[in-house]
Amino acid sequence: MSCATNSYVSLPAYKGPFGAAQAERLLWRAGFGPRPGQAKALAKKGVKNAVLSLTRPAGEKLVGPAPTDDKKVPIAPLDARGHELLWWLDRMVRTSAPTPERMTLIWHDWFATSIVGVKSQKLMLDQNQLLRKGGLGSFAELLLNVTKDPAMLLWLSGNKNTRLSPNENYARELMELFTLGAQRGYDESDVREQARALTGWRGYYRQKTGASDFRYEPNLHDTGIKTVFGKKGNFDWQDACRLCLEHPLHPSFFVRRLWSYFIPTAPGKKTQAELEKLYRGKYQVRPVVEAILQHPDLYRGPRMVKPPVVYTAGLLRAMGRGVDSTRWVRLTLTAGQRLFLPPDVSGWDDERWLDTATLRGRWDLVAWALRSVALDEKATGLPSDAFKLLTQAQSFWHVPGLLPGTRKVLLDFGQRSLAAKASPATVLNALRQLIAISPDLQTA
Amino acid sequence: MTDRIRPCGCADFSRTELFRRAAASAGEGLPPIESGMPLPAGTGLSRRSFIARTAGLALSVYGASNLRLPLLDEGIAHAATQANESRVLVSVFLDGGADVLNLLFPAGDSRYYELRPKLALSPDIGVPFDEDSRLRWHPSAQAFATLHGEGKATVFPSIGYTSPDKSHFTSRHYWEVGATDATARTGWLGRFLDQAGRADNPLQGLALDNRLQPALATAKVPVASMDGPDRYSFKAFGVSGQTEARMLEALGQLGLAHERASDKGVRQAGDALAQSYRLRGQVSPFGTGTITSPVKYPGDQDDDFPRRLASLAAMLAAGLPLRCVALSAPGRYDTHADQADELSDGIKLTADSLLAFQRDLEARGLADRVLVHVWSEFGRRARENGSLGTDHGAAGFGLLLGTRAGGKMVGEYPGLTSGLDSEGNLKATSDFRGVYSGILEQWFETDAGAIIPNAGSFARPKLVR
Repeated sequence: MSCATNSYVSLPAYKGPFGAAQAERLLWRAGFGPRPGQAKALAKKGVKNAVLSLTRPAGEKLVGPAPTDDKKVPIAPLDARGHELLWWLDRMVRTSAPTPERMTLIWHDWFATSIVGVKSQKLMLDQNQLLRKGGLGSFAELLLNVTKDPAMLLWLSGNKNTRLSPNENYARELMELFTLGAQRGYDESDVREQARALTGWRGYYRQKTGASDFRYEPNLHDTGIKTVFGKKGNFDWQDACRLCLEHPLHPSFFVRRLWSYFIPTAPGKKTQAELEKLYRGKYQVRPVVEAILQHPDLYRGPRMVKPPVVYTAGLLRAMGRGVDSTRWVRLTLTAGQRLFLPPDVSGWDDERWLDTATLRGRWDLVAWALRSVALDEKATGLPSDAFKLLTQAQSFWHVPGLLPGTRKVLLDFGQRSLAAKASPATVLNALRQLIAISPDLQTA
Repeated sequence: MTDRIRPCGCADFSRTELFRRAAASAGEGLPPIESGMPLPAGTGLSRRSFIARTAGLALSVYGASNLRLPLLDEGIAHAATQANESRVLVSVFLDGGADVLNLLFPAGDSRYYELRPKLALSPDIGVPFDEDSRLRWHPSAQAFATLHGEGKATVFPSIGYTSPDKSHFTSRHYWEVGATDATARTGWLGRFLDQAGRADNPLQGLALDNRLQPALATAKVPVASMDGPDRYSFKAFGVSGQTEARMLEALGQLGLAHERASDKGVRQAGDALAQSYRLRGQVSPFGTGTITSPVKYPGDQDDDFPRRLASLAAMLAAGLPLRCVALSAPGRYDTHADQADELSDGIKLTADSLLAFQRDLEARGLADRVLVHVWSEFGRRARENGSLGTDHGAAGFGLLLGTRAGGKMVGEYPGLTSGLDSEGNLKATSDFRGVYSGILEQWFETDAGAIIPNAGSFARPKLVR
């Protein structure tokens, strides 16, 4: 593995102990949590090689049983309602290359497109493949591909944006959400002029005939002179993207947004500047991700609440269970993150995953995950000892240690339940549920 | 580049800030609760209704464990003295920028037909708006016309603010925080609750939704979100009876153990657990499927909006201590294309549901306690865009509904000639911050100046009778 890391030598890299705990955090931040034993194995590589093994996987295998519905019938991602979500969730659960998959999730949030507007599972999955394929490559290329992607054209009216009737929908979000940030370096006139530059794409989706006619038609393009960010020219859609990327405020937006998916505290000024330097003019995603994943802040800083879908996939990975139920569609929605259905084009609010509604959604997720392995309440052969039952529940989730506060509450629960003649099987079922809903497993 | 443009080098980093959005947090900074101390429950049911209901599901959860009843009693005693005095504000959001030139369309303005050759509604449909003969109600908004005819609707035909922002997220954020301030972190209703609310009552600010609504974001007191009181239970397979009740206790104890943790991630999770436990205690007397309404609501079981309104009326009837409630209306209002199809169904279900809610409150004798505020982040461009849709505009549509609503239009319809700004958008004839101030003063009888920045600079319409 060749390491092109010398271009960011001035960025700090984590030098502290890198054991199973640190490797596990890395696997949650850059993927969907460890499979049993994976954190220990990754820790042996040391931080740098651990990161590179994730960002530059040799290949990809899907490990485990293929996805089915509740009747063990294979899923139909293009037709059956909700199965597009199951298809992706299954990849998160089974992939041997979690970081490219996690990047796909990041881009789905960044270029948040909703099936509500697109109305086609096929187009949503086409976009999903596009995001996966370009996820660690060039952001410039990704931006061009997203701009002309049929799902995006439908979602933000790019297909309705023509010379005679410009539509500002995509132009505005291109700057506000995708490249520059709200109120950063553009005004209403830039929105209008960028909309003109972006004219020329067409296409539509009809329930009966499907996606048709997505193409660039020069006749629909406005060939007049536009003024964007103070520059004049006969700009077209590619120029519109390029002008955003070349805008002096783009690198700072890019770095801050990308960093925020991995680390919950702000980068220091120097780190921010170095990351911008690493990115500016090259637009390569992978080196920036690799620098962030090796940064001391990731290992030394506070825990992050796992996004609901990451939490779900992680539960299934830990259990060695595949996707075998359509219930996940509804459950991930109530937990606050139904794939392909972001709340709006700005994506999910990653600082606000938990409230009383989504917490209850997570509870139901856990209950459903545990349903098929729930012990009969009268099951025998279990110890009548709270310590031993807690140890069993921890090894079920492969959690060697718990926060002291969590441990005390769970032991207390076990002891009091057993004292009141509850069956050990019932107590063990409850302990599995409680460990999964504890802050220990909801954060990493 | 102008000097207004600057890179964000702010010390306090957040994606939320990057997108100008308020982060609703459920009660950061609650007063400390000693470990081992029983959890506050604070159900607002009157003793009688509680006893009547405990015969059902609640008893099996709380009665069996024999742990919680004294606490519930305390909560009841407190809430019973308060709840019936409380006025309730219900905030209904039309997401995406609702087109006022469609909802209340200016059939009597000839410019309308020039600007909207394809989208303009015909002057012979819908019913006339009797406070301005130029305007007519969208046919799907008949229920609003009905309420208006009964004097139970105050209409804002062109509400907004100066220097309007055309971004959904920025403009919505302004409305949510009650100020044109991109960095504000608490909602306008959240700040009211921080002053008037309690440390142990998450229901005081309730989002009837799958997530919290930013207008309710508080700095001090807890707020809550849930899909419905009949859907807020915590079950696990292979766990029942007393162990189930103890498991729920343990969930609350996990919250208490971590809600003041030094690690922010752990604290967020602990806080959510503690608040969920408290909320569960408050709504536990509602078993599953126990909500009945004296009136028929439109739509079917899949329609969240009417179902949530029906459950809201039932919660109020049960005496739960609600103060501010926020929910989103059905429909997609960001009608860049194919507006006629996109708009009608959503408006109809919204208006019909709100009329049913009003009738429900009237039947239960609660109508004088509830005011409903309907809003959207902006209106649409006056000129249609050629995709059979409209782009983002400026001033838009608003309503206050209820028997106590003033019933008189606030601000006039400005017309499409001199009433448009340089970008072809409707000029605002009323300011949302003045409306908020009026609601705070006239409905909640509190000092708006402490909640809305520069409250004194906005005109106060008469909103409450």
